[in-house]
Amino acid sequence: MVGVLPPPSLFSKHLRKHSLMKHRTFFWFFFPTGMAMLLFIALPILSVVTQSLFTPHEAVLVTVETCTPFKCTEETAIDQEATAAIRAAEPLGRFVGLDIYFDRGHLAIIEVSEAWRARVSFADFLSKLNNLPFYRAIAFTLAFTFIVTPLVILMGLVIALAVNTLHAKLKGIVIFFSLLPFVITPLIGALVLFWMIDSRGILGNALQWLAGDPTLSLKASTGLMWISLMVYGVWHAAPFAFVIFYAGLQTLPMDQLEAAQIDGASRFQRLRYVIVPHLMPLVTFVALIQLMDNFRVFEPIVGFNASAHASSLSWAIFNDLGGETQQLSSAAATSVITIIGVAILLSPVLVRTWRDHKRKA
Amino acid sequence: MFFRKIALAASITALMSTSAIACEVNARVSIVGNEFPAIQSVGAGAQACSGAEITTNLTADHQKINLPGMQGNPAEYTSAIVANSSIVALMNEDVIRPLDDLVAKHGQALKKNQLITIDGKVMAVAFMANAQHLVYRADVLEKIGVEPPKTYEEMLAAAKMIRDQGLMENPVGGAYAAGWNLAQEFNNMFLGMGGSHFKPGTAEPNINTEAGVKTLEMMKALSGYMNPDFLTHDSNATNAEFRAGNVAIMNMWGSRAATLVTADGVPQDVVDGFAIAGPMTVGGGDTPASTLWWDGWTVAKNISDEEAEATFIAMMNGISPAMMESEEIRTQAVWLIDGYTPTDAAIGVFAAAGMNTIPYPMLPYMGLLHTALGNELADFMKGTESAEQALKDVEAAYIAAAKEKGFL
Repeated sequence: MVGVLPPPSLFSKHLRKHSLMKHRTFFWFFFPTGMAMLLFIALPILSVVTQSLFTPHEAVLVTVETCTPFKCTEETAIDQEATAAIRAAEPLGRFVGLDIYFDRGHLAIIEVSEAWRARVSFADFLSKLNNLPFYRAIAFTLAFTFIVTPLVILMGLVIALAVNTLHAKLKGIVIFFSLLPFVITPLIGALVLFWMIDSRGILGNALQWLAGDPTLSLKASTGLMWISLMVYGVWHAAPFAFVIFYAGLQTLPMDQLEAAQIDGASRFQRLRYVIVPHLMPLVTFVALIQLMDNFRVFEPIVGFNASAHASSLSWAIFNDLGGETQQLSSAAATSVITIIGVAILLSPVLVRTWRDHKRKA
Repeated sequence: MFFRKIALAASITALMSTSAIACEVNARVSIVGNEFPAIQSVGAGAQACSGAEITTNLTADHQKINLPGMQGNPAEYTSAIVANSSIVALMNEDVIRPLDDLVAKHGQALKKNQLITIDGKVMAVAFMANAQHLVYRADVLEKIGVEPPKTYEEMLAAAKMIRDQGLMENPVGGAYAAGWNLAQEFNNMFLGMGGSHFKPGTAEPNINTEAGVKTLEMMKALSGYMNPDFLTHDSNATNAEFRAGNVAIMNMWGSRAATLVTADGVPQDVVDGFAIAGPMTVGGGDTPASTLWWDGWTVAKNISDEEAEATFIAMMNGISPAMMESEEIRTQAVWLIDGYTPTDAAIGVFAAAGMNTIPYPMLPYMGLLHTALGNELADFMKGTESAEQALKDVEAAYIAAAKEKGFL
């Protein structure tokens, strides 16, 4: 296209006018999207960051007589009038800076440095780290992300290649059934698997029989629970990768494939040097989405009742908000850390995409 | 089953037709609450009123939505059905209204012990009591020749006999799911051991004590006789184990025990052997290892006076003495309502009250300790951590949370 256009200097006046028009068009074109991004992305993040820097005021406690059906006792309660006055004066609460980020429920600066100083060995330090809720959550979150994501891509590719070789009449029905795990609501899918792997469930029972150990239970040990959760992760997301790759396979360059075949390329070589490079942009896309999704792993932990064995950043947020006394500041701090985590995780992929884009331009 | 359903339908219809005459409201009523048979009866009773829209949202997730649903002005929910633990969250945020004026105007049918009074103001109206207590299989205990256990030590001994004689592999049931349930079992046992959760008059935790360690040791010993998946079993899963005939002795909620074996498909020997007794003691103490609970309703603060009055009238209809004529409804709970005569299912809760069981603490910071217990005790129960370390972790987690919320 560039070659067809006359040199820009000749038409600079015209071009300037034209580009002005374009800016205007672009502005109105982008305006709704921009507003939506501001409203639904920027403002919530701003609000979460603010929330994480403030905590509720110090509670004003009073002792009052409390009567229940059982008896009357002297109990501590919050002095509502005094609290209302403090709240009216400073509605945001106490400004605590980064205190919440550094407390035991999050980065646990004091506990970590103490564990480091008192360490007997590095393993001892790691086990002490694993005793802190945030590090336990991050350990599982990262393990889940970096084990499930590649497996999902691999499984998706294998299924897509397999389905692509099927007879046209079979394809429709096979695609429909392969998609089911992804169609099911994640929580429901997790519950389905949870009951199947129960020691009295069909899969749990089969495993006991296979292992010859009638006391084997996937839910009773941390290692097996982790594996079960990751199996769920792959089972749930592989169809997503499959559909993307399957769509990519429909656009395969047939002439290249044929040429490769004539040159004597084996089946594997065709896969390695023609098909996979052709699908590479899609692999990047799936990896990007999966990294984000898996970093926010949540549903299987709830569905599997697995909080004794595994927790994640998202689960920690849910836990802060789900107790009888909600911890909004704590949840907000974990949310900000999650956002930062997603940004770090995606940065290599984003940088690469941007470089590719620049090179092509 | 079919006839029971018809009987239930008939009793509800009768109830609705009798109360519809008396109950007339002229403003919006919107109720949020937990979901179990007794509360569903209360909701249905309130909805029997006519004159304005009356909606209910009864869900196990009520605690997550009742506070946000009452903080707006006007509040979405005009009434929240709460218990002694969950009223605290609403009190802390000041979203419920004193009821003294409405009690004087419309509350003649209430007994004095139904009024939850805090600092001289009526903040809730209780309608039922609840407690955890022993549920057992009389036929199995008969086979091994022991009386129903009165202490947790006797429970352990019985469990050993049942396993050794090959009757059941894991005879003890327990709602030990990590989180709220596990923490509640700790609370029960800890109070039974003579512990108290906080240093007197402060929000400082007081669980890393001898009583705390003994509590965890007993829980660990019991878990040895439980299904290995016990850390994933909540009350529902524990009940399922009992129904399936896999469990012979367990500590269970009164409100769930009443209908435990009425589900479809429960084997006949489980139905016949099912029995209820009072809560157990532990460690030679007199205080039962259990807590007493009440369930009641509140009225939102951020609503108009008309809506508050309408809500009060409708909720009064939901707990009207006329309901106590139905056998079906009487079985659902230990009602505090006038005219209630106990059914056989109630003996466990009555025994708990009679044995001076300690009520679940109504302290503003108890919810935070409960959450910390639920998160940090699992490591000990899995065997990857000592009791002292687990209790230390609980205190540390609680202190971080209590500092954030301004209690320490």
